[in-house]
Amino acid sequence: MARYIVRRILLAIPTLLTVLTLVFLLLRVAPGDPAVVILGQYASEETLQAFRERMGLNRPLWIQYLSFLSDLLRGNLGESLISGVPVAEQVRAALPYTLELTASGIFLGALFGVPLGVLTAVRRNSFVDYLGRTFSLAGLSVPAFFLGILLMYLLSIKLNLFPTLGAGSPGNLMDRLFHLTLPGLALGLVMTAYVTRMTRSAMLNVLREDYIRTARAKGLREQVVLYRHALRSALIPIISIIGIYSIVLLGSSVMVEIVFSRPGLGKIMLTAMKQRDYAVLQSVMVIYAAFAVLLNLLTDLLYGLVDPRIRYD
Amino acid sequence: MTDELVSTRAIPEWAVKERPRRRRWRTFLRNRTAVAGMVVALLVVMTALFAPWIAPYDPLAQNVFYRLTPPERTHLMGTDSYGRDVFSRLIWGARISLAVGILSVAFGMIAGSLLGLLAAYRGKTLGALIMRAVDVLMSFPDEILGIMILAVLGAGLDRLIIAIGIVMTPRFARLSYGPALAVKEKEYVEAARAIGSSDWKILLRHILPNVAGEIVVMGSLWTATAIRVEANLNFLGLGVPPPIPTWGNMVQSGIDQLTYAPWLSLFPGLAIMITILAFNMLGDGLRDIIDPRLQE
Repeated sequence: MARYIVRRILLAIPTLLTVLTLVFLLLRVAPGDPAVVILGQYASEETLQAFRERMGLNRPLWIQYLSFLSDLLRGNLGESLISGVPVAEQVRAALPYTLELTASGIFLGALFGVPLGVLTAVRRNSFVDYLGRTFSLAGLSVPAFFLGILLMYLLSIKLNLFPTLGAGSPGNLMDRLFHLTLPGLALGLVMTAYVTRMTRSAMLNVLREDYIRTARAKGLREQVVLYRHALRSALIPIISIIGIYSIVLLGSSVMVEIVFSRPGLGKIMLTAMKQRDYAVLQSVMVIYAAFAVLLNLLTDLLYGLVDPRIRYD
Repeated sequence: MTDELVSTRAIPEWAVKERPRRRRWRTFLRNRTAVAGMVVALLVVMTALFAPWIAPYDPLAQNVFYRLTPPERTHLMGTDSYGRDVFSRLIWGARISLAVGILSVAFGMIAGSLLGLLAAYRGKTLGALIMRAVDVLMSFPDEILGIMILAVLGAGLDRLIIAIGIVMTPRFARLSYGPALAVKEKEYVEAARAIGSSDWKILLRHILPNVAGEIVVMGSLWTATAIRVEANLNFLGLGVPPPIPTWGNMVQSGIDQLTYAPWLSLFPGLAIMITILAFNMLGDGLRDIIDPRLQE
């Protein structure tokens, strides 16, 4: 297992590097001189030159690239072109909010989705199955931000059960959880839809296998057959779908953060985008990219844990 | 054994004569979910096409006497804070969602399939390079990749289509790569090469038709994805600039007024959901025809 883990981590490095290069290059080909964009059309040539000097914009591209990478390695994300605040500081403040939101979405999705998927597979073509399938088709089709707005409208505006905006006071755990509930559910229900659908079809495939019939024939309790025998091997496609859709969820977290005014990475990114603050934008993109690569890595590692065959490939 | 026993009378005539295409169509029609999806999707397309004739009001016309009217007979979905008719804006918004959804998928379909075919056919270095780039692009969340590309391109309808088109490209590349790789080794491709067909002719004449079905089917499913990304980006205010109504920016501008004018966000949000649902149902049904194993 240790060898498998090390190999997976090593394999993630070139991916990460490619992603970082992509982010770097993309923002370099953005039209317009960044100095002019930031300082405005009427800035004098000296001011522009001084700005380029300070930001290292007049150095050759490959030197900029190398210093971009070495800065990253040292955890230096540069500073905002507009406010001058170090980006690392902003990111450090925002990251926990995005992390807890995405993690709670994934967690809720697995928590609701797997049992619901098993249930709909076992009761195939029953009313429960029909209901579950309708629910997951609807869940696949609703953008998370709109689900967030629906939840906000019903549960906090109409019924006054949950707070509408913000992320709660940082020190107060209960308050934070309270503020996390609706945005977490918005992502979690979407995830539930994906997981239910995948679990159902994975279980249906497994339940046809001979060893399931054997398990039943030798008189094992249905619960044992379902959860110990069937679900265990259905878990591989389920984990892969959770892995794939946690990336989708990461994308949706941006919009959900905006709906609920949570001070997360999405908010920083959107502000940077609107102010054309390429320094902040680049760093936030890097964080999102690293996040995505990490999620992929975790999925791979989980595979190895669940399916011993994969470890020995 | 008499001829009576092996008589063909038991087999209905259509089963003998029917062509595969008609049989597929029949399978499709039997799938009620898919047909419902198709009907709703067509309705949305019609709404978009005939927006100027259907919409009761000018979507941009402001009317200070009718600000924030709740849904009623003259304004079916109420009015916004400028007194604009939400129903009319919703109808016009269908144009943006569909234009972006369909055109960006077309973009991704053409660019992606060509890249996938090229990667499969050219193997080795170029192929590996293309597929590596595809993997990397696919490891990004759609919306974040879209935002990144819009940061480079700037806002506007055309840029939005290109941005989402680029987001869709890697999927089609990966989709066409696998089958193309398999077909490449078939004898008839070998034969085509032997009689001196050019690479592009082989790709387009002999390999593409084999993967075309799947590409079109997934295209309808991914139109749903493209519309989702479009709604998200417009919701963030990064796509089509106001005052042009899009479902995304209508939802966005209604959020602050959710307590006293919920219709501003809820109707366009429902429109997004129903449209995506329709394309999902249609795509699912089409996929079942191509690959009956997936039918449950």
